[in-house]
Amino acid sequence: MTDKILNIKNLVKTFGQLKATDDLSLDLYPNEIHAVIGPNGAGKSTLIKQICGEISADQGRIEFLGKDITHLDVVARARLGLGRTFQISSLAMEYSVLRNVMLAVQAVQGSSYSFFKSIGNDQVLRASAMESLKEVGLENRADVCAAKLSHGERRQLEIAVVLAQQPKAFLLDEPMAGMGAEGSKKLTGFLDTLRLRAPILMVEHDMDAVFSLADRISVLVYGKIIMTGSVAQVRNNALVREAYLGED
Amino acid sequence: MTTTLIFEQLLNGLQFSMMLFLMSAGLTLIFGVMGLINLAHGVLYMVGAFACALIAGISGSFWLGLIASLVVAAMAGAIIEVGVIRRLYQRDHLDQVLATYALILIFSEATRWLFGAFPLYLDVPELLSKPISLFGFFDYSSYRLFIILIGVLVAVGLYLLISKTRLGMQIRAGESDREMIAALGVDIRTLYTLVFALGAGLAGLAGALLGAIQSVEVGMGDSVLILAFVVVVIGGIGSIKGAFIGALLVGIVDTMGRFLLPYLLSLVLPAESAASIGGALSSVAIYLLMAVILVVKPKGLVPAHA
Amino acid sequence: MLNLTREQLLNGAVVSTLLVLSALALFLDEPFYITLVTKVTILAMAGVGLNLALGLGGMVSFGHAAFFGIGGYVTGILASHALNEELLFTAFGFAVFGTTNMLFIWLFAVLISALAAALIGYFSLRTQGVYFIMITLAFAQMIYYFSIAWPAYGGEDGLSIYQRNQFFSINTLDPLSFFAICFSLLLAVIFLVSRLKNSHFGNALQAARQNEQRLAAVGIRPFGIKLTAFVISAMITALAGALFADLNRFVSPGMFSWHTSGEIMIFVLLGGVGRLFGPVIGAGLFILFEYYLGGVTEHWMLFLGVMLLTVVLFARGGIVGVLAGEVKHD
Repeated sequence: MTDKILNIKNLVKTFGQLKATDDLSLDLYPNEIHAVIGPNGAGKSTLIKQICGEISADQGRIEFLGKDITHLDVVARARLGLGRTFQISSLAMEYSVLRNVMLAVQAVQGSSYSFFKSIGNDQVLRASAMESLKEVGLENRADVCAAKLSHGERRQLEIAVVLAQQPKAFLLDEPMAGMGAEGSKKLTGFLDTLRLRAPILMVEHDMDAVFSLADRISVLVYGKIIMTGSVAQVRNNALVREAYLGED
Repeated sequence: MTTTLIFEQLLNGLQFSMMLFLMSAGLTLIFGVMGLINLAHGVLYMVGAFACALIAGISGSFWLGLIASLVVAAMAGAIIEVGVIRRLYQRDHLDQVLATYALILIFSEATRWLFGAFPLYLDVPELLSKPISLFGFFDYSSYRLFIILIGVLVAVGLYLLISKTRLGMQIRAGESDREMIAALGVDIRTLYTLVFALGAGLAGLAGALLGAIQSVEVGMGDSVLILAFVVVVIGGIGSIKGAFIGALLVGIVDTMGRFLLPYLLSLVLPAESAASIGGALSSVAIYLLMAVILVVKPKGLVPAHA
Repeated sequence: MLNLTREQLLNGAVVSTLLVLSALALFLDEPFYITLVTKVTILAMAGVGLNLALGLGGMVSFGHAAFFGIGGYVTGILASHALNEELLFTAFGFAVFGTTNMLFIWLFAVLISALAAALIGYFSLRTQGVYFIMITLAFAQMIYYFSIAWPAYGGEDGLSIYQRNQFFSINTLDPLSFFAICFSLLLAVIFLVSRLKNSHFGNALQAARQNEQRLAAVGIRPFGIKLTAFVISAMITALAGALFADLNRFVSPGMFSWHTSGEIMIFVLLGGVGRLFGPVIGAGLFILFEYYLGGVTEHWMLFLGVMLLTVVLFARGGIVGVLAGEVKHD
């Protein structure tokens, strides 16, 4: 099928004796939110890293927008439109909030080899960065140094950066982690609208968020996807209860 | 070109390797355990040589001098560690490079102040002053053989220390997980001082051993320091085994390169250009070796934290 | 009213000091002091070059002596061929005999060092941390030993430049004129670096220092950005090397030695890593130590060491950091 945005087929990754990813297949359709859940050590981080290109898979194939990206690196995948956030916020900590977003905007413009165009006076750059900040509600913090942000604000900034990248798919690594009840609720509402722009593949621990957002859920246990289905199917699946939900 | 000559050069290379190993063992240990780049390691080499020359001069015994080189360099190391190095563990590499570079300036100038600019001379001990006949067919310096022996003994000793003793266990733990070792109740400050002093002592020993075949002077540690870094980087920073392999590679490639390259080139080129091109090539051979190894294996031959 | 930051005021003070010192030297008829200020200017430029790689890009190069020396040797070799009317090479049917025209010399110095830096950087930037420091050192050592062993251009003894090279119709032997040339170039280079720093490229470069993962995630390849900065940095240091050769009318393998790399690093650190005028202050302090303390005691290096150690341990951010506060990004 060609209308799959992301299509992962038979992915395998082993570390020594450990099969971190075991013949894993997964896909993402336009406008959907596909959540990957699973107990600790199930291989969720390893999966995300293989999709965004941080580590390479031993076997299998990853297609993005119909293109084989299995052997592309992080940068090439990002340029094709794979926008990701990190489990632990990864920002340019000495830069202001605005400047962090400007980085993403100049990446999209392809102007990173402009040696004399000042970023200070570049109104277009500033305006489009500001736009993304407004969307996540950080516009009043634009001039604050990223290092001075609260944990929750850093997560918001990560989202703003990925928005500025105008990706064709979002790859979110535990976006709710450490957001607090109020923050999670807001973010859940925001992600619900975000899917209209591009589909979202997210790894998440927060079950409330997953159950209210996801169109489909895949359950990952020991590197294997034991089932993929709707929220209702996953809730009622005995295997899942045993392997995962039962543990809670 | 005779077999004897080749054999002799190989032994010279081996002797050079063992000296490099004494230097780089400490360097790599200090980096592996404390994460510190120590440019002042060459200074400790110099301190050892001066201590040996001084004590041997006063007492008339090379052996007393050799012991003094170990003790004085280890003490100097401990003092530097407590006074300065300790503040650098949490700093970035740039700060470490510059602070230890400053230590080079301080120690070199202070030594020049104390001993003057002229080199001191240190004689090979009486016992080892005569060449020894090897396998009945050629003579070789017994002192150089002694250096090779010391190198091998130190390598074995370090291996036993690290794999069999309690201190070694702490060192290995320190390399993999600093917080865990503190949690185990090991006094990490003392451990660091000990490791630093051990590395310093070995550098001092190397300086004293080599001081007897070269002159003892300020700045003698400079070129050795850079070579020791080449060894450590080739071997993989933090790995004693890597340092041993790296030392063998660098020592033998350097010695044999200087010996063989001009000869090999003279087979195809006129004598004069063979000598100059051969000389130029052989003096950069080990740096080429290092660059090639790092390009192929960016973390050295035996990566310590694989 | 002009609204200047403390750092801008400090920068102004530094420029004025250099100008006043040279004017004073002229007034007192002490050409030696003009030469000293010229030396500060040239060494500062070498530091400004390194600072681009080190301060903005976070690349701790312990091998910038390679580029400083290449600049120097290009000058020495071109000039000696021109003066001895020896053929240097033939290209496209043209016989090239070297040149004594500074403009051409600078051009060659900068281009050849750019080539060398592209090669060295290409291999070195595959490594990280300590390995990067050591591999840049190794490349510089390679060139150092090569310059000693290669007899064609003086080998260990170095190479004299019997006559200062030409710059249009200016009398370059006049200390003040030569200072003016060097000083203008320094200001031009600092202006260039300040523009780079605030450009799109500079934004990416400084992000590469802080967080390469972040840069890659938005789709900018850190390797290319860093390599480009490394090359530009080397070109600036090479220009300084070319001027240094003309100042001394002599080049030697010492320009390639790791102590030279260490000293260039000291200029950057003493002044303040990543600060525009940091290397100027650092080089100024260094020369002040060398000549004034060197006049009092031959062991001035001891005191330099103590000062350096004090700055590293207690005055992080160097002199500019102490006087003007921390770096601010807008």
